[in-house]
Amino acid sequence: MTSHSHTLPALGLCLALGLGTACGDDTADETATAETAIDETTADSGLDGTITVFAAASLTDAFTEAADAFSEENPGVTVELNVGASTALREQILAGAPADVFASANPSNMDQVIEAGEVEGEPELFAHNSLEIAVPAGNPADVEGLADFADDRLLIGLCAADVPCGEYGRQALDQAGVTPAQDTDEPDVRSLLTKIEAGELDAGIVYRTDVASTDGVDGIEIAEEDNVVADYPIAVLANAGEPDIAAAFVEFALSDDGQAILESHGFDPA
Amino acid sequence: MTAGHGARRPRASGRPPWALVPPAALTLGFLVLPFVALLQRAPWSSLRELLSAPLVTEALRLSLVSALAATGLSLVGGVPLAWMLARTDFPGRSLVRGLVLLPMVLPPVVGGAALLFAFGRRGLVGGPVYDGTGFLLPFSLWGVIAANTFVALPFLVVTVEAGLRSADRRYEDAAATLGAGRWMIFRQVTLPMVLPSIVAGAVLCWARALGEFGATVTFAGNLQGRTQTMPLAVFLALESDRGAAIALSLVLVAVSLAVLVPLRDRWLAA
Repeated sequence: MTSHSHTLPALGLCLALGLGTACGDDTADETATAETAIDETTADSGLDGTITVFAAASLTDAFTEAADAFSEENPGVTVELNVGASTALREQILAGAPADVFASANPSNMDQVIEAGEVEGEPELFAHNSLEIAVPAGNPADVEGLADFADDRLLIGLCAADVPCGEYGRQALDQAGVTPAQDTDEPDVRSLLTKIEAGELDAGIVYRTDVASTDGVDGIEIAEEDNVVADYPIAVLANAGEPDIAAAFVEFALSDDGQAILESHGFDPA
Repeated sequence: MTAGHGARRPRASGRPPWALVPPAALTLGFLVLPFVALLQRAPWSSLRELLSAPLVTEALRLSLVSALAATGLSLVGGVPLAWMLARTDFPGRSLVRGLVLLPMVLPPVVGGAALLFAFGRRGLVGGPVYDGTGFLLPFSLWGVIAANTFVALPFLVVTVEAGLRSADRRYEDAAATLGAGRWMIFRQVTLPMVLPSIVAGAVLCWARALGEFGATVTFAGNLQGRTQTMPLAVFLALESDRGAAIALSLVLVAVSLAVLVPLRDRWLAA
């Protein structure tokens, strides 16, 4: 049982920006999900309750499946996923958002959460990812590689410089010696992918796993010497409402079953 | 033209029924407290430095330009539409009004995606236009203005329509019996009569456009100096530098108050 909320309209930001209707509707859904969970009686694992997992946007599909598998193993448990840019998730956690688990797309966001004393125990690396160029299916603009990102005539998208995929993407471009002429810095990797999928952008740098997640885009390999390996740490949070379930979820992500799910979505194992 | 309000009625005492005071005070506190908290978190010592950065000045310029342009477009297109809704009786008018109000309830992100499907490079209208002329709305200032107008226009239409409905139509009838044409009546009688509503609607429209986030980022993307308005800059800064984000928000608050407070009486007159 999984419920979904995209971070873009995350609650705290909604308040700060007055985003209006884009925000807040999720709460109702979440309550509904939680109630159905309570009705189900606990089975063998003895775990019973709801945890909220804050996961990097690139983990959306893999963690949706992992959460389903986890609550199937533990019928009393409901996993609620809050996906978004790791930076945004970090800020929400630091602002006191009720979260049990944090899975970040890079160690630096996790480190900042640790520094703030918000992590219980040690984080563990549970997956690795790398970058790929995404183009709309059929590659209408005939993009060949990173060099094309300097072409002003193409519509190029990157992730914003501060979010992990933007940081990694710029690192790769830098290593390839390319100064990008991008037309947009998207707030997270999923919104970048959506615009490429819609054909509104000619190319963008996303994670390999994002390319694997949809038929709407084609991937173009980035040369190994230019590519960047992204490490994904996961940890139980200090203010977790359900620390036992949270620990069990982290354990599941590192288990053979969890790793198999991650691999099926294109991640490299821990 | 204040004659339309008729004879001044005797005014009840300015002292409120005591039962209204606590809820009124509570409501005010609820609205104001977040701004107090914002002020309390503001990085006062580095404010000047933060606000003179190109990130801020460019975002502020883009916000003011696009909100003003959206208000202008809304006036040109929205006042005639409001007149049609208020004064003519055509089949399906309720449906048309519902459609006009749709952007108010639609999550802005969805509105942005819908705009993309209509006016994007592969969109219903945007596709043929792009193929024919190479003109592209997304990822440009025009795209920001389009997104702002889409979201803010209904506020103007609703306000002006309400003004038209409550205006005393006898003045128009009198003008007609004196031989004035329809256009002359509209220009010389109707418009001056509903001017307060038009001003109020324009201000609401402008304020909504100034804070617009979801539709803008989805339709026009985010690039500093080209499409990154204040709300987008705040959103991204919130993830990397909270102090800067708060400083940016304060600018937005200050600009809004500077416009909203002096206009208070006009507004109430509507």
